[in-house]
Amino acid sequence: MSSNNPKQSIHDSTAPSTDTRDSRIGEGPDDRFNSKLREAFGSSPFILTKFDKFMNWVRGNSMFMLQFGIACCSIEMIHTYAIKHDIDRYGAGVPRASPRQADVMIVPGTIVSKFGPRMKRVYDQMPEPKFVVGMGSCTISGGPFQEGYNVVKGAEEIIPIDIHVPGCPPRPEALIYGVLKLQERIQNGESSPVVVKPYELEQFGDLERDELVQKLADDIDEDDLVMRYNWADSP
Amino acid sequence: MSTGLERQRQPPVEVTEEELAAVIGDRALARDDHLNAPGFVVRPDDVQDVLSDLKEQAGFDHLSCLTAQQYEDRYESIYHLKKYADPTQEVSVVVPTSIDDPVSQSAEPVFRTADWHEREAFDLVGIDYEGHPDPRRILLPETWQGHPLSLDYDQEKPQIVTLTEHANPIQPDHHKDESDTMFLNVGPHHPATHGVLHVKTVLDGETIVDVDPDIGYLHRCEEQMCQQGTYRHQIMPYPDRWDYVSAGLLNEWAYARTAEDLADIEVPEYAQIIRTMSAELCRIASHMLALGTFCLDVYGDFTAIFQYAFRDREVVQDILEDLTGQRLMFNYFRLGGVAWDLPEPRDEFIEKTRDFLDELPAKVDEYNDLVTSNEIFQVRTIDTGILEPEVAKDYGCTGPVARGSGIDYDLRRDDPYGYYDELDWDVITMDGCDNYSRVLVRMQEVEESAKIIEQCLDLLEDWPEDEREIQANVPRTLKPDADTEIYRAVEGAKGELGIYIRSDGTDKPARFKIRSPCFHNLSALEEMVQDEYIPDLIASLGSLDIVLGEVDR
Repeated sequence: MSSNNPKQSIHDSTAPSTDTRDSRIGEGPDDRFNSKLREAFGSSPFILTKFDKFMNWVRGNSMFMLQFGIACCSIEMIHTYAIKHDIDRYGAGVPRASPRQADVMIVPGTIVSKFGPRMKRVYDQMPEPKFVVGMGSCTISGGPFQEGYNVVKGAEEIIPIDIHVPGCPPRPEALIYGVLKLQERIQNGESSPVVVKPYELEQFGDLERDELVQKLADDIDEDDLVMRYNWADSP
Repeated sequence: MSTGLERQRQPPVEVTEEELAAVIGDRALARDDHLNAPGFVVRPDDVQDVLSDLKEQAGFDHLSCLTAQQYEDRYESIYHLKKYADPTQEVSVVVPTSIDDPVSQSAEPVFRTADWHEREAFDLVGIDYEGHPDPRRILLPETWQGHPLSLDYDQEKPQIVTLTEHANPIQPDHHKDESDTMFLNVGPHHPATHGVLHVKTVLDGETIVDVDPDIGYLHRCEEQMCQQGTYRHQIMPYPDRWDYVSAGLLNEWAYARTAEDLADIEVPEYAQIIRTMSAELCRIASHMLALGTFCLDVYGDFTAIFQYAFRDREVVQDILEDLTGQRLMFNYFRLGGVAWDLPEPRDEFIEKTRDFLDELPAKVDEYNDLVTSNEIFQVRTIDTGILEPEVAKDYGCTGPVARGSGIDYDLRRDDPYGYYDELDWDVITMDGCDNYSRVLVRMQEVEESAKIIEQCLDLLEDWPEDEREIQANVPRTLKPDADTEIYRAVEGAKGELGIYIRSDGTDKPARFKIRSPCFHNLSALEEMVQDEYIPDLIASLGSLDIVLGEVDR
């Protein structure tokens, strides 16, 4: 029911109460519907598109981010969510605490060997389609900590990453730019190719029986999930 | 509650070196003096004896740090002792062990904080501690092979990391027949753990029976990185990344102070004032984040207080960006001074900073309205997470956590550096020992920091233009004398941030050990939440204000 039909039970007057609306849109014909979209599509009120394309467009404009703080970059990530930068303006501002509710994961920090399997698990728990923004130098190459005995040289060793945002740490503006680029890619239906990563979770029993595996055989159960970490092997 | 002003500080009893030597007696095999303190070499099986005598008879009640390192011919554990009453009185107890059989007596019965320290020493260097209650790895995964900071460690060897700790809490094997306790994993990916902390919790109903913080998910080898860098320029960027909550300059100061004392560099007065001012700005930013995230933890307030705190942090970060050129990782201090002077036009910068300070009291009032006088907040925080002063000292707690437990300990006043002793400000302490006190201490420290900045600005404004010396004359390559050892600490945002450096005559440190305040504060969590409800665990964790980058290093 539009406000042009006054509710008798509430108001005494039967005159349509459109004063506020009139003062808002002014005199003359209502041109509120003559939007840019209208110009683009002509006078037809219909939009013809492929459903896939439409879904991609929707997906790109409504992203649930995973609330995922790792290291220094997470401080700048919080600033991106918070006042002044406010990434919610771009439809990407609802941090979800559970990976099962999230579409996009921003990886904000250094991945070390102990955290690698956990991050893989968190990523696996996200529903498809899922996207990853790597924030900062550490997720690109290990950044300033690349030479550390415990550091994974880039998050891409473990999970596929769609957008890399360089910087140590990147400014909030840079992260927003990265997220916008991701939105653009999603709207165009692109996503990063999924390839087999060097760091995979495997059952201990499935590992090749080399010296190290033999040595640890007493400590680890056959069906425990493990990840190999090899500092020297990664680029 | 007191602000620490009216309390009479007892003048601590000065212990001379002769008296120390008498206390230790002929258990001292030799002397191994460090630049900051006399050092006594003792046998590995005398550790508990000597430490408890030093604690009981000479009053050294603060085990500030434990450094473990390997030489070509021996392992060495150094216990850095201090007094809470007077941290300028220091003594080092050096315990060498043989290279083939590195076993040393555990200091855990004397100082509770040695527990985590000795686990770390075992993990990274490979010294075994006899009588240790819980000899496990602490930072690296359980299945790790080798000890990365020992001399013969080969980084290129492959490792295997397990995921067993990520057990499903509802799995029946945690639910034993004879007990009705439940095992609950908090973290490592959890919104209330402030990063990647994993707390293994055992619950009886809603009551906590046991907590075991599992750290190391952000152990990114800071000590190794610093040992690979040259003193002059390559180390300074790393301290920014220890406590990354905008406390960068406070951390940089820890390194600057240690290296300057090691290489005997005098910092110009003008640079000290800039350092003092910028460091206090960092403290404000850090405490703002602590407050915002604490409210997020305690009543899930993402919309009001959290955003308010971040609004104020943005202002501070703007000021710091004008000064240093970066929002978060400043890299602004240099050995012997700072990188550059205040930005031009000076008046504009000073005015901007003053504007911030002028608006601060109104904002603090706003926080008091929103937070501390809020009944829900008080119910959640008053008398929860109790940390008794004696327990806090035993765990080596410092910073706002210690001051919230009534321990009147602040290195800015007790072990003066920078320009602090010339300025007029107070150390805030509270006697509540609970979560509420810790929040109040932080909020009042913000006001004290504002006072310090105000005075620094006055000084900077009137400083004659031709005497603005920002940098001492420091050689391009620093090579401190071989086998010089020093341990120095500053008051970081979270507490006493100390660094131990041993030089070996080259331009890189031979051993670089970081004493992290958060590491100690977090280890006290167990005492704080015992027999409390699980929401109090989250509140206590929030009030400790840990940063995992600094806990794990």
